[in-house]
Amino acid sequence: MSLSAEILIQTIILLPLLAAVGVMLTHRHPNIREAISLIIATSVFILVYLLYQQVISGQTAMVNWITLLPGLTISFKTEALSVLFALIASFLWIVTTLYAIGYMRSHEEQNQTRFYAFFAISISAVMAIAFSENLFTLFIFYEVLTLATYPLVTHAGTDKAQRGGRTYLRILLGTSIVFFLPALIGTWALAGNLSFTVGGVFADNTSPLLLAILLVMFVFGIGKAAMMPFHRWLPAAMVAPTPVSALLHAVAVVKAGVFTLIKTLVYIFGLDNVSALVTTDFLLYLTAFTILASSLIAMGQDNLKARLAYSTISQLAYISLGVLLATEAGLIGSSMHIAMHAFGKITLFFCAGAILVASHKTEISQMAGLGRKMPITMIAFFIGSLSIIGLPPTGGSWSKYYLLLGTLETQHWILMMVLMVSSLLNIAYLLPIPIRGFFPGKAAPKSANSSTSIEEAPLAALIAIMITSLGCVLLFFFPQSLFELAKMVGVTP
Amino acid sequence: MLNHLPILQVIVPLLAAPACLLLNKPRLSWLFACFAAVISLLISGALLYQVQQSGVISYMLGGWDAPWGIEYRIDLLSAYVLLIVSAIGTVVLLAANTSIRQEIDEDKQSVFYVLYLLCMAGLLGIVATGDIFNVFVFLEISSLATYALVAFGRDRRALLAAYQYLILGTIGATFLLLGIGLLYSLTGTLNMQDLAERLPVASESATVYTAFAFMIVGVCLKLALFPLHLWLPNTYTYAPSIVTAFLAATATKVAIYLLIRLYFSVFGADFSALPIQPIFIGLGLVSVFVASTVAIKQPNIKRLFAYSSVAQIGYMIIGIGIGSSLGLQATLLHLFNHALMKGALFLALAAVVYRIGSAERSGFNGLAKQMPWTMAAIVVAGLSLIGVPLTVGFVSKWYLVLASFQSGLWPVALLIVIGSLLSIYYVWALVESAYFGKAAMPSNVSSSSAANLSPIKEAPLSLLIPIWILVLANVYFGIDTRLPLEASATAANFLMGGGS
Amino acid sequence: MFYDLYNYWMVIVLMMIGLYIVISRNNLIKKLIGLNIFQTSVFIFYISVGKVDGGTAPIFSSTETLYSNPLPHVLILTAIVVGIATMALALALVVRIKRAYGTVEDAELQELDNRC
Repeated sequence: MSLSAEILIQTIILLPLLAAVGVMLTHRHPNIREAISLIIATSVFILVYLLYQQVISGQTAMVNWITLLPGLTISFKTEALSVLFALIASFLWIVTTLYAIGYMRSHEEQNQTRFYAFFAISISAVMAIAFSENLFTLFIFYEVLTLATYPLVTHAGTDKAQRGGRTYLRILLGTSIVFFLPALIGTWALAGNLSFTVGGVFADNTSPLLLAILLVMFVFGIGKAAMMPFHRWLPAAMVAPTPVSALLHAVAVVKAGVFTLIKTLVYIFGLDNVSALVTTDFLLYLTAFTILASSLIAMGQDNLKARLAYSTISQLAYISLGVLLATEAGLIGSSMHIAMHAFGKITLFFCAGAILVASHKTEISQMAGLGRKMPITMIAFFIGSLSIIGLPPTGGSWSKYYLLLGTLETQHWILMMVLMVSSLLNIAYLLPIPIRGFFPGKAAPKSANSSTSIEEAPLAALIAIMITSLGCVLLFFFPQSLFELAKMVGVTP
Repeated sequence: MLNHLPILQVIVPLLAAPACLLLNKPRLSWLFACFAAVISLLISGALLYQVQQSGVISYMLGGWDAPWGIEYRIDLLSAYVLLIVSAIGTVVLLAANTSIRQEIDEDKQSVFYVLYLLCMAGLLGIVATGDIFNVFVFLEISSLATYALVAFGRDRRALLAAYQYLILGTIGATFLLLGIGLLYSLTGTLNMQDLAERLPVASESATVYTAFAFMIVGVCLKLALFPLHLWLPNTYTYAPSIVTAFLAATATKVAIYLLIRLYFSVFGADFSALPIQPIFIGLGLVSVFVASTVAIKQPNIKRLFAYSSVAQIGYMIIGIGIGSSLGLQATLLHLFNHALMKGALFLALAAVVYRIGSAERSGFNGLAKQMPWTMAAIVVAGLSLIGVPLTVGFVSKWYLVLASFQSGLWPVALLIVIGSLLSIYYVWALVESAYFGKAAMPSNVSSSSAANLSPIKEAPLSLLIPIWILVLANVYFGIDTRLPLEASATAANFLMGGGS
Repeated sequence: MFYDLYNYWMVIVLMMIGLYIVISRNNLIKKLIGLNIFQTSVFIFYISVGKVDGGTAPIFSSTETLYSNPLPHVLILTAIVVGIATMALALALVVRIKRAYGTVEDAELQELDNRC
């Protein structure tokens, strides 16, 4: 098989759309509908993998779709970070589809066709974001992703879902229009070019003050990266069904945010410029604040999904911090953390969903003793937690190691301390859940547990959980290829 | 024949109007009116082509030479606006038959087409002529026709709206007349080209400033710039839907054209004794914010988009106020684009009114299921209004922001972008109720009583086709931007270079 | 000064009177009268502009050499016609309003609309 990379990129972006159409056409036959989703998800992953092989061997490709205005195009290009992001998203799409089949059916959700269709559209937008050749293309699909996930967030159709959806839209659209778009136009006005270029697009004599302002606007404007104080949309989005929270709000959407951030900092500003700007330190300490504050908030949350959401905010800030450090180690750490956090957090969300489906429990305080009824789920939760915390033998330890290395290199001792403290906080808010699940102690109301018969989640969901938790472990033992890819970011065009 | 195109452009609809009256059968009148409109569309296309090929066309009415006789002068700007007016006029007219049959009494329908054609002739005349007094005459022709058209509305408030518009419109036109008189007493000429040459000599006198002030205020009344916009919401709300679509897409555009023509061609862009540019930018921004904010709360959707029109006019005024070639280009682009999007939106509203009888917000709940194509049109046109990429709205906003950046007006650029945030609010609220709202009529609960509530159907094709022509134009020119970009860039450069 | 420019002063006075009536009167017909006065002031302005001191009517004759400028007068004929048309339309509208509402007082009209 030797498909040219140009065709591959376009197929990867368009194939999920085809899935959306297929899903809508076969809405009367759930089995065929879900088979279509699964088959296309798998083929997208295979195509991304083929592309990965080409990229790792040093080939690049570029596709130009539309030239809107002179110099302003919608085009796509392969690049190491793109492939990394696309690989994770497409792989986890397969797993999530598998999980969703079990979850949605046993939960008897309404409008399942709309769910699968918009899911596929979101993935298409994610792929387009991943392979964007310039900031303008990225911006367009970034907005498409926001809009395509809105029906998923409000899927339940209740007042609470509507409210959550409105917060979601307001913050994401608001930040991107008030900060991101003007920053984008400002970049265009200053540099006359929005293409992602190694070393940045700005001329050497560009006023550093303007660049510093632009940097702040970009960091705030990319609301999907959930930097405080624009993080409120993420907990609000937790009203969505769990598969959505799992893939989109632990992987695709938030990772699109930090991906955009990395792309902008590396390829628009250039890391050398970033470290020289006056506002970088301010932003670094803002990320540190976000890490600590959201960890502390997470500790106070009793709702499992809300706790995971705040944990996500804190982990996203790790990634932002890594790239803002503007060193090689920091960048590698950030890129790897995209993958590591994706696997860890999706496992945790899958578990939260499995617990909800099997026992209808959403609050952590009710989950004591659940480990005996749902051992696999709870073990998976334990592994996922380890990965988020960054303990061996899980993949999270590698990315945390490089992030720490980054702070050491730049001698940001405070930031290093923040990372350490945050890991402790992670332990404090994640590990008690599985531990109390297995060792409830005296506090657990035994009568309530024994009266209801709780079993493990549906098989499809369980398989998905096992795949992702296995992934967490495997990434610890075999991080080489990921590391190679992360090392290429910002170096090769 | 080809030499006479400039005058035919105006004469064809002007003469077709009384012919419609003679036909006196609604359907025949409509067909004939459509025929005349299509011909004037073809003429404007041919004119644009001629201008692009061979430069400015000057046509002497009755063979009298320029400063004495009346000159029709078609440069690229006028050809461009002529094309917009006749194209939108034609497309709206295609949809008119269906909508009008429902909204206007049978015996008055012929008269409607007469007035429509007269209004179109007036608007085309304003653009085509090179004589400033002729502008006044055509302005009054189109305005008088408009007042009558507005009064056709079914709601009795339409009469009051028409009256209000008449008073304000006449004051505006009289101001313009006074300004013309002052200019004439100073220079002894009415030809705009001639005026532009003679004015710099006399431009130190207070008379010129007075004339300038009167004319600008008069025109701003017609184009509904912020503090002078009071007539517009009522007029757009209560006029028949077709009239609203036509007026929103053409009348204000022609007024903007007139402003550009007076400001840049006659007085010259460097006519800077008055601080007019900051005033324009300030008023433009205020109208964007005030009108958009007011629009959010409107219970009537027609009124909502009427306020949104005031806001969009604000954007065009900002472009003029920036005063650079790029800013002017942004205004010209927005002129074209706004005509497309508001034409599509108000036509789609006409379809909604056709089916559910009103444009109240409550009627929109769950409407997307019943009228999917109409609502889809509203969504696309709404996205264009917001300025989403791949629609025309994006192109003009992009240029406007770029122009303000280029002139160093960073705060203005930021405010423009924040202004579009407001338009997201009101468009989204509409989309949300149409797509995610529950229909107010629980028709499936009591199926027995549902028989007398006939279910709402999709709009007829005779409405859908014109709507989608405009919607697709919104998307097409948002992707293939060459035609408007080239035309507006050349016209803007011409005005900036030739006006001083 | 005042006497020389008597016409122009009158134009301003009439214009202000007209505008004031349009703004302040409640009765739709009275508003129209104000509008008419306002327009008329501009007509007078044009006519004054065209008059040349000592000139006669612009009819060619062998004895006269100084003529008034006929063009403003011609223009204003057009404007007067337009004004008449406007007035006719406006009066027709008022008739319709009276039939629909039963009143031509602005305040009452507002009240009627607000009620329903």
